[in-house]
Amino acid sequence: MPRTVLEPRFQVEHLSILDSDGNLDSSLDPEIPSAELKRLYRAMLLGRRLDERMIRLQRQGRIGTFAPIKGQEASQVGAAATLRRTDWMVPSFRETAAMLLRGWPIEKLLLLFAGYLEGGQPDESQNDLPITIPVATQLPHAVGLAYAAQYRGDDAVVMAFCGDGATSEGDFHEAVNFAGVWHVPAVFVVQNNQWAISVPLKKQTHSRTIAQKALAYGIPGLQVDGNDVLAVYAACHEAVERARGGDGPTLIECVTYRLGVHTTADDPTKYRTAEEVEAWERKDPLTRFTAYLKKKRLLEEGLEDEVDKEIAAAVQRFEALGAAEPLTMFEHVYAELPAHLKAQREQLAGALGNGATPPAGDDDQASPPMRGQRTTRR
Amino acid sequence: MAVMTYREALNLALREEMKRDDRVFVIGEEVGLYEGAYKVTQGLLKEFGPRRIVDTPIAESGFTGVGIGAAMTGLRPVVEMMTFNFALLALDQIVNSAAKMNYMSGGQFNVPIVIRGPGGPAHQLAAQHSQSMEVYFYHVPGLKVVRPSTPMDAKGLLKSAIRDDNPVIFIESETLYNIKGEVPEDPDFVIPLGQAAVRREGADVTVVAYMGMMYRAMEAAEELEKDGISVEIVDPRTLMPMDTETILASVRKTHRVVVVEAGAGFAGMGSEIAAEIQEAAFDDLDAPVERVTGVPAPMPYARNLEKAKTPSKERIVEAIRRVCYQDGNGSH
Repeated sequence: MPRTVLEPRFQVEHLSILDSDGNLDSSLDPEIPSAELKRLYRAMLLGRRLDERMIRLQRQGRIGTFAPIKGQEASQVGAAATLRRTDWMVPSFRETAAMLLRGWPIEKLLLLFAGYLEGGQPDESQNDLPITIPVATQLPHAVGLAYAAQYRGDDAVVMAFCGDGATSEGDFHEAVNFAGVWHVPAVFVVQNNQWAISVPLKKQTHSRTIAQKALAYGIPGLQVDGNDVLAVYAACHEAVERARGGDGPTLIECVTYRLGVHTTADDPTKYRTAEEVEAWERKDPLTRFTAYLKKKRLLEEGLEDEVDKEIAAAVQRFEALGAAEPLTMFEHVYAELPAHLKAQREQLAGALGNGATPPAGDDDQASPPMRGQRTTRR
Repeated sequence: MAVMTYREALNLALREEMKRDDRVFVIGEEVGLYEGAYKVTQGLLKEFGPRRIVDTPIAESGFTGVGIGAAMTGLRPVVEMMTFNFALLALDQIVNSAAKMNYMSGGQFNVPIVIRGPGGPAHQLAAQHSQSMEVYFYHVPGLKVVRPSTPMDAKGLLKSAIRDDNPVIFIESETLYNIKGEVPEDPDFVIPLGQAAVRREGADVTVVAYMGMMYRAMEAAEELEKDGISVEIVDPRTLMPMDTETILASVRKTHRVVVVEAGAGFAGMGSEIAAEIQEAAFDDLDAPVERVTGVPAPMPYARNLEKAKTPSKERIVEAIRRVCYQDGNGSH
C-alpha cells in the first residue's frame, strides 16, 4: 500500500498588466472600452480626493472615526466595476471608492460617518449591503445572498470584500467553504493591504499567498496586482462571469497597500517604517493609472477640479443638516415599534419637550420615512 | 383539534408555513436526510426537496450568516441549531448582524429569520448541552425570544415566528418533544408573539414559569391546593417582547409572586420579572417577589446532581409557602 499523490501540485497564478510606470503588457490587455476606463479613473480619483477631505473633516470633529482607503482605490474600483447594477456588493468597512462607484451619494457616506441612521441606508434600487465592523462577519451574508439568487433562479452575482486580516477569521473559512460546497455565484475579493492594524501579513498567515486558501475549498484562487486597476478588472470580470454562468465562486487576492492609517484613531508610524511606505507610494495605483491614461490620451482636462467641486457641494449639503433627531433611535430596532420601546420613546419625547405623545409606527406623519425608504418589503 | 406531540406540532408548523410561503426554507446540520437530530424536520426533505431543506457543513456561524444574508433579500429561513448551546458559535452573527441589520440599514434590510432548536436542562446532557440559553438573547435589542411550553404553543408560536418580520430566537426543549397535547389543525391558527398565557387560575399567589419549570410549578400548585393555597400560573411564552400586562394583572389579583427559572438566577429572567413587578405594582405586593432558580454552576453530568441543580417541585412549594407566610417561620 504505497503512498500516492492524490492531487498534482497546485498552482497559484499572479496577474499584473500595468507596470508601476503605467506601461501595458499588451498581450494581457483586457481591452476595456474608453468610456469604462474613464469611469474607473473618475471613481478612483473621487475616492482618493474624498478620502483626503474626510480625514480633514474627521480631524475637525465634523465626522467620526472611519477607515481611509488611500492606496487601495484600484483594488476596490477595479473589482466593483465588473458588477451589474442588479448584482450585490457586500463591503467590509474600507470600500468607500467602491461604494461611490456603486452609486452611494457622497453626502450619504458623510452622513454614515457622522452617525446618521440614513447614512447606512442604501437606495431602494441599490443591491448593496451596509458596511459591517466585525471582521469577516459579512462573508456568510454574501453566501446567503448568493444562495438566495440560486434559490430564486435569478442571475445575480455577489461580490464580497474583506481584508487580509479577515482571512484568519472562522467566518472567512466557513463562507468560502459553503460557497464551494453549494457552488453559489459569489466572488470573494480580499484586499491584502499587508497590515491588519499593526499585525503584518507574515504574522497573520504562514501561507505564501492568500489566493491559495481557495484551493483547499475546491474553488479557483487568483492573486492579482491590486494596485493595477486593469489586472483587478480583468480578474474580477472573469470571476463574475464565471459565477454568472453557473460555474461557481472564486477567491481573488488583490495585493495592495494601505498607504494611510488603519482608521482615523490609528498612528501607523508606531509599527511600520517610512521606507516601506515610500516604496509602496512608488506603486501608487492612481499615479500608475494616470500615466497609462495619459499615454492613451484619455485624461480629461479639469477632472480634478470637477471632482473637488462635487465633494465641496456634498459637504455643504451635509453640513446644512441639523443634528440627528434623538427619537430616530427607536426606529428600525424592530420592523414595528413594540410596546416597551413605544413607552421609552414617549418618555424621551416628553423629556425633550417634543410635545405629549408623538405618533409612532407606520402611520407616523410627524416623522416621514427616510429618503429612499422602502414602503414594501422585498 | 388533534392530539399530537410537541415535536409533531413543530413539524406541522414548518410544513404548513412552507406550503403557504415558498420563501420559507429550513437550513442546518442534519435537517435533511437525517430529518433533524430530534426529528423535527421529519418528512420535509421528501416533501420539499433539497433546495428548501438544506443540509449544511458543520459551521453554526456560517449557516446562521447564510440565513441572515438570504433573509436580507426577503427569503424566510428557519435555521435549526442542533442544540441551542451551539448557537454560541453564531453569537456574532445573531447579535451583531441579525439583530442590528434593520437598524444599521435605516430600515432597508429587515431580517425575517427564525433560529430554533432545543435548549435548557434535559436528561444528562451535561455542562455544554443543558444551558438555558434565552438569557444570552433577550438582552439584545432587535431580537424576539420565544419559549413555547406546550404542543399548541409550539405550533402557534412557530408559525407566528416564521411570519414575523424580525429575527426570532425560538428555543424548544429536549424534555418536551414527546409530550402530547391538543393542537388545532387549522393552518390559519397562530398564537401572536408577545402574549402570555394563564395556565392555571388561582387566587392566592402567582407563579411565573415557562417550559419544564411551568410543568413543575403545576405539580407544586396541585400539591398546595390540598392545603388550601390557590396558585395561579402565568406562562410568558414570549420573553421578548414580554406581556407584562398579563403578569401584572395576575399580581394585582393575588398580591404574591414566585418566579421560577431553570437557569442561574443572577441577572436572569426572574430578576427582570421581579423588577418589572416592583416598578409597576409595588403597592399591590403583600410579600417580596421570590425567585426559584437553577444553581449558578455548570450543569453536572450525574443524574442526582443534575436533579439537585435544577429547581424542584419541593423548592417551588417552599417558595410559594414563604410568600404566603405559611412556611411556619413567623406569623404575619
